[in-house]
Amino acid sequence: MSQPLIDLLRKAKPQAIQGSHVTAGDQVVVVVREHLLDLATFLRDDPRARFDVLIDVTAVDYSEFDPALRHAVTPQDKGDPANLPRFEVVYHLLSMPLRHRIRLKVVLTEEDLHVPSLTSLWISANWGEREAWDMFGVKFDGHPDLRRVLMYEEFVGHPLRKDFPQRGYQPLVPMPNLADYADNETYR
Amino acid sequence: MTMTASQKLTQIRAELRTEEAEIVQDKMIINMGPSHPATHGTVKFVLTLDGETVDDVDITIGYLHRGFEKMAEAGTWQQVLPYTDRLNYVSPLINNVGYVGAVEKLWGVEITPRAKYIRMLISELSRMTDHLTSIAAGALELGGFTPFLYGVEAREALFPLVEELTGARLTTSYTRIGGLAKDLPDGYEAHMETALAHVDQLMVKVDKLLTKNRIFYDRMMHTGVLSQEDAISSGCTGVMLRCTGVDWDLRKHQPYLAYNELDFDVIVGSRGDNYDRYLCRLEELGQSIKMIRQIFKQMPGGPINVGDWRVCLPPKDAVYNSIEGMIAHFKLVTEGHQVPPGETYFAVEGGNGEVGFHIVSQGNGRPYRVKVRPPCFYAMGILKKLIVGHMLADIVPTFDTLNMIGGEVDR
Repeated sequence: MSQPLIDLLRKAKPQAIQGSHVTAGDQVVVVVREHLLDLATFLRDDPRARFDVLIDVTAVDYSEFDPALRHAVTPQDKGDPANLPRFEVVYHLLSMPLRHRIRLKVVLTEEDLHVPSLTSLWISANWGEREAWDMFGVKFDGHPDLRRVLMYEEFVGHPLRKDFPQRGYQPLVPMPNLADYADNETYR
Repeated sequence: MTMTASQKLTQIRAELRTEEAEIVQDKMIINMGPSHPATHGTVKFVLTLDGETVDDVDITIGYLHRGFEKMAEAGTWQQVLPYTDRLNYVSPLINNVGYVGAVEKLWGVEITPRAKYIRMLISELSRMTDHLTSIAAGALELGGFTPFLYGVEAREALFPLVEELTGARLTTSYTRIGGLAKDLPDGYEAHMETALAHVDQLMVKVDKLLTKNRIFYDRMMHTGVLSQEDAISSGCTGVMLRCTGVDWDLRKHQPYLAYNELDFDVIVGSRGDNYDRYLCRLEELGQSIKMIRQIFKQMPGGPINVGDWRVCLPPKDAVYNSIEGMIAHFKLVTEGHQVPPGETYFAVEGGNGEVGFHIVSQGNGRPYRVKVRPPCFYAMGILKKLIVGHMLADIVPTFDTLNMIGGEVDR
């Protein structure tokens, strides 16, 4: 299967890549977190890549995924993919002039859920990363405005994590303590 | 000493000037939404106003969040389909096509030529209802009630066709993994032709009422201007991108289904303002009508479902009269589609732009993760830039032509 972009990246940024494969016709590169910003800048500016659009940012929680099948989604050059940590941040890039796409993935542990923000490269990273923070609790270092976007500020937890229950209730905002109001002149 | 009239006037004027200077020119913070009569869609703007100019805005979405992605993880692959109807609820069929397209891409299923053509047909039908809603509601919010009624009448001419095909106007759930729920009904082409002629007529009326209407023109022209750079960088797709002059349409440039066999034009604007977005939508309606006529002309015969019973339910005759059919049906319904482990991303050109599905499977008949890439979400991300520094009243047309659909943005 043809993989021109993977070959390009392997040649230009070998230290930034920890795995790659082509699946269902999509080219996928697993990126070392420390090199993400560098690699993304290269992909945006290099005339052979020209990824002018960051089409989507999301994350996946692999905590309930069968470890024996992990190689099908996260290729690794060294080591067994079955031992990979829980979270992955996924970026989908699109080049309109060259009409190709690539998927970048960064593997993250639960204890150190940080990844550099791409807001300096693409405006779309702003809301996309806010959503990944909201839904999975991934912290994007250098993001100017990392607030929840779909849920409300008072919401507790990150709903798309696999350990977040499918059903249940949470009050929209914390119940006010009525005693506070009784003592307050304004509300009497 | 008595003053002359002119002296008195001068004095009053001077007093007034001092009073004016004393008025504290504070910025005002007002809340627009979540439910505002001049916006279609549930969204809250917290506006900081300097007089009538918007100084700053905080846009809050999420009022329609139902946890689509969380719910999708609970059922089988086919059970996700009804949820996709509720994403962009003015063009549900395109979401149906996009979702099953993603599953088929991951599985490597090649659908039949007839299924491809019917999927294109329903995509274009849905695109028309989407654009009609945008134009009609946009006109209404700028005070044009008559064009709104014409637009809705045109939409009402199309919805019965959706109903005839799928059994529902809105909650269509028409596509199936590997094919479609059912074939076109008898006489569908004739019904479609009647409806298209009606829509064509109504669009001429809407065009006459709006395009050169002084009020409409003044409020749309040069308002909500989006630069090409911003549009690309912010991930805008569809009309939001094309209005800035970028020639990009997935149907043309990364063709899926059989769009490469159709003859149509990509409509692009030049100014990137509200008026261009309105004109793009109007023109795209014409293109869709043209495409639907072509689709009927080129419609291939044959089955609508792939013959593989691991992908598509077997015909009822086989289910009731053969053990193989019975088992295939039972296994598909109870265990779900055995999509191989892996992940993929598949996108279609929706009413508002690129509707993408990122799916992850671990091969047990259930989706491990389904992520929707809604076009409006990223357009809402750049909306702040279109609003800040402009008049308060311009928010209404700008938000209209952006055509935010709550179900899609909030999921």
